[in-house]
Amino acid sequence: MARDRTRAPGASRQARETQRRLAKSSQVARNHLIVTVGLGVVQAVLIIGQATLLAKVIAGVFMDGDSFAEVAPLLAWLAVISVARGLAAAGFESTGRFGAARVMSELREKLSRHLLLKRPGALQDEQSGELVSSAIEGVAALENYFARYLPQMVLAAIVPLAVLVWVVQFNWISAAILAVTAPLIILFMILIGLLTEQRTRKRWERMSRLSSHFLDLVGGLATLRANSQAFSQAGSIETVGEEYRRETMGALRIGFLSSLVLELLAMLGVAMVATAIGIQLADGHLELVAGLTVLLLAPELYMPLRQLGAQFHASADGMAAAERIFEVIDQPAAVTEPAEPVPVPDPARWSVAMDGISYAWPGRERVLESIDLELRPGETVALVGPSGGGKSTLANLLLRLLDPDEGTISCGGVDLSGVDIREWRRQIAWVPQRPTIFSATLADNLRLFNPGATDEEVTVAVGTAALGELVAGLPAGLQTQVGEGGRRLSAGQTQRIALARAMLSDAHLLILDEPTAHLDHETEIELAATISDAAEGRTALIISHREEPIATADRTLVLERGGLTERVTA
Amino acid sequence: MIGARLERTPLGRAALATRNRWRLFALSVLLGAATVLAAVGLLTASGYLISRAAQRPEILSLTVAIVGVRFFGISRALLRYGERLSSHDLAFRTLTDLRGRFFQRLIPLVPAGVDGSRRADLMSRFVGDVDRLQDLYLRALSPPLVAMFCSAICVALASIILPVAGLVLALMLLLGGVVAPALTRWSARTAGRRQAKARGQLAGDLHEIAVGGAEIAVAGREEDWLDRTRTDDRQLVALQRRDAMSGGLAEGLGTMLAVGAAVAVTAASIPAVSSGELNGVMLAALALLAMGSFEAITPLSQAAAVIDATDEAAERIEEVTERPVPVADAGKVRPIPAGGPIRLEGVDFSYPGGDGKVLDRANLEIRPGEAVALMGPSGIGKSTLAELLVRFRDVDEGRITLGGTDIRELDQDQLREAVRLAPQDAYLFNTTIAENVKLGRPEADRERLVEALAEAGLEDWINSLPDGIDSLVGEDGSRVSGGQRQRIAAARVFLSRARFLIFDEPTAHLDPESAASLERCLTGRRDQGCGILVITHTISDPEAFDRILELRDGTFREAH
Repeated sequence: MARDRTRAPGASRQARETQRRLAKSSQVARNHLIVTVGLGVVQAVLIIGQATLLAKVIAGVFMDGDSFAEVAPLLAWLAVISVARGLAAAGFESTGRFGAARVMSELREKLSRHLLLKRPGALQDEQSGELVSSAIEGVAALENYFARYLPQMVLAAIVPLAVLVWVVQFNWISAAILAVTAPLIILFMILIGLLTEQRTRKRWERMSRLSSHFLDLVGGLATLRANSQAFSQAGSIETVGEEYRRETMGALRIGFLSSLVLELLAMLGVAMVATAIGIQLADGHLELVAGLTVLLLAPELYMPLRQLGAQFHASADGMAAAERIFEVIDQPAAVTEPAEPVPVPDPARWSVAMDGISYAWPGRERVLESIDLELRPGETVALVGPSGGGKSTLANLLLRLLDPDEGTISCGGVDLSGVDIREWRRQIAWVPQRPTIFSATLADNLRLFNPGATDEEVTVAVGTAALGELVAGLPAGLQTQVGEGGRRLSAGQTQRIALARAMLSDAHLLILDEPTAHLDHETEIELAATISDAAEGRTALIISHREEPIATADRTLVLERGGLTERVTA
Repeated sequence: MIGARLERTPLGRAALATRNRWRLFALSVLLGAATVLAAVGLLTASGYLISRAAQRPEILSLTVAIVGVRFFGISRALLRYGERLSSHDLAFRTLTDLRGRFFQRLIPLVPAGVDGSRRADLMSRFVGDVDRLQDLYLRALSPPLVAMFCSAICVALASIILPVAGLVLALMLLLGGVVAPALTRWSARTAGRRQAKARGQLAGDLHEIAVGGAEIAVAGREEDWLDRTRTDDRQLVALQRRDAMSGGLAEGLGTMLAVGAAVAVTAASIPAVSSGELNGVMLAALALLAMGSFEAITPLSQAAAVIDATDEAAERIEEVTERPVPVADAGKVRPIPAGGPIRLEGVDFSYPGGDGKVLDRANLEIRPGEAVALMGPSGIGKSTLAELLVRFRDVDEGRITLGGTDIRELDQDQLREAVRLAPQDAYLFNTTIAENVKLGRPEADRERLVEALAEAGLEDWINSLPDGIDSLVGEDGSRVSGGQRQRIAAARVFLSRARFLIFDEPTAHLDPESAASLERCLTGRRDQGCGILVITHTISDPEAFDRILELRDGTFREAH
């Protein structure tokens, strides 16, 4: 249970798929495999050498009465082998861990490229936290795979064969015992895997349900207390846990029987080899050196096979982090880039138009249905409508963060699907619904759309966005570090910074998405003026479900049930 | 004495908290040790068997050794089976114990004892840490005990055969069992410390790319962010390379000692064989005994890491559970008054460490049968009032009375039966609509449930669902919309027989029309003599309320 907490073992097939993919796509992973196989061969040779030499020493001293001085060279060699085995183990561990670090780094590079270039902004908030922690912390799990599981795999393939080949020269009866039991262990391992996979998965699912039951109770504790139900629910933790324990232990008693068989085979294998050698020795058919060599090697043959089972979950866990990243980077690009882009039209001179635009988020109903829209140069258009009605989707289409399912977006008659995406986006200043404050100085944050803006320009923008008071109150003024790890800003301040960014941009097209959402009424009224300042002299689309920010709009469009209508003002 | 030492670390205290499981723990340690010893026995007996056989005695005289070899082989497999069962049983039981125990400790602390914007994060980390503690016995405390027990027996056995062999084995086990794990632990800790900053920085970069990707792309600044991320990534990988080397060397030392033990013990015993002090037939047995005894030592490096991880988890849990309880029960409890208003009389309240008073000699009265709205900008302390009214917090000065009685003299549960709060961000449990509503009054029958849902304006929606009130709401209410969530929470309050109903920000995240309709619905109960308080930052339908108040400078004023 302790081990299968993080992940359903049932997903092992998917884990294998990911392993193959890693090996195929990553040069680092391939190189690492070669190094591991090399170390595995060295390890096998060392194991055999050690057993043979140790047997020689013991038999020499015991049977032939060799003195310490006579076996001293052999002992020296054994000491060397011990050190060498230590080095091989160090090699497995350090190359494995370093390999994991580099593979993760490769994946992170692919991930950030994908998130910025292929599908910017397509990630859900709740998804991103988990993804980031996979991308950073996933290396620990991947280390288990590269430094433990993979070496064990390689050893399990090399060592038993090498040992068998060596043993057969000394004693074919022992070799036969080993040759029969070892494959049986592997066979049982596969059988157990097949038989218990379903059951283990079910158990794991219930286990995680139990965990989320607890999380649910803790999360809703304030609600439970408000309803005087906290203490009665505390009892349910025990009842549910106990019921689950009793049920699971029943299943485990049978489940563990299969590994009992496995263990029995390995142990009986050693015992049978020992007995067979003993009898042959007593009969005088075998030399002690040969017998001891075989006996010392028998446990070494089973060891990697037994370890393999124990490390199995580690491999599935390790793959989970990589899988999560693959899931994201496998998504196709959100926007198709033109092969031969045409020059970008200037929205300061031409209207931006949507013709028959339809869009549906994957697996959902259409949010936009045959939308026609025209933004004429210099006008301010308000877009209103119920929440979830597709207003932000429409903005994302104009920003070319999404491709429409049907219809065209054009500027001055030029279809934007033929224009270089980055060139087009350069024409737009955008205030998203939830602006991001980046971890940098306040000044750098304000320069997002215009890194070359002069200090004076920044100061002017600070003034118009009513940020003067904030800047004056900061210890280092505009040079204060903000964002994660820096100074925290309120929702209102964040919105104002986003507006200042848009004002600093020299783009002609302005898109404001709910610039006053999550703000109280007073702040909203304050910002309304800033917004109409920002829209002055530009083409602006302002999305809002509040009235204040759109009071000065030239016209107001209503987006409802997928369709767009013009609101007639009295 | 051991108890006193355990008291000193968070991990030890967590272990003490579940000490009623010591019998089961002792059983799994014993079985674990017996499993290792059976393997040692198998190897030792095999070594003796073939050495003895090489002297070509009567086959019959080997019988004991042959039986011994088989006995150890079979018992090892059986013992392992028993050990796995008992240790899993132990893990299940301690997990349930720990969850129950820490939940009980958490109850009086939520919400006021765990203030802060990151409460949700804190809670989910808390749950994760409690779950992590299930490894406490199995993977942290058991391996060192098994190792000590087995090492002692193996050393004793070797000493009986040849004292100097016992001494060498003891030395090797000590090096392998203490020095190597300590080195691994030291290497892992330094790595963790050294990498923490680089990891944090890189996590920050990636997080920005994930959440701010669209803004970066629209600004055309993709390459800037990619460059920054790449630089930070390279820095982390460089550190990881160094730490991989030191971790590898620690691991290698462990392996070298395990492999070298058999060689060292053999070498040390050779002179004794030459001098006739030791019968040569025992030499192979000693070598194999040394080889087998390291099986108990191998898991120690991992156990050291688990000990650290569980200790940290236990410490983080204590950080929460050891906070002071914000509200204490009165010595004597007065009966709940039958009627009357709820009243704030000269109430002062400020947050410990916060700047300024949230309430400053505030007075307020809510009478049965009236609907009051409370407005004010976000963050000014409106929710604090709600929490004071149901005694999630206590006032600093002044008093709050219900029907003339100070609420600090009432039983907390009875008070919350009379004054019912729907907290901000109405929480839905991952079960059916019916079960969620039923929380308001567990003994209510289905008819009442349906009525309460209808009162909250959900009748049509419920009827449109194939499973009706037995439909699941999903994890944290993910299958219902924001408006439906608020209405389910309202139905929960309607179901109770409370005389005062308090709703904290029920209309946040709703569009004006839905907000107005919800407000009308919430205030409907005043006609049945209930006092209603709706806390909000925007009022969508002023007509729904008898009075609209505003919280400003710590006092309540009528808003116009």
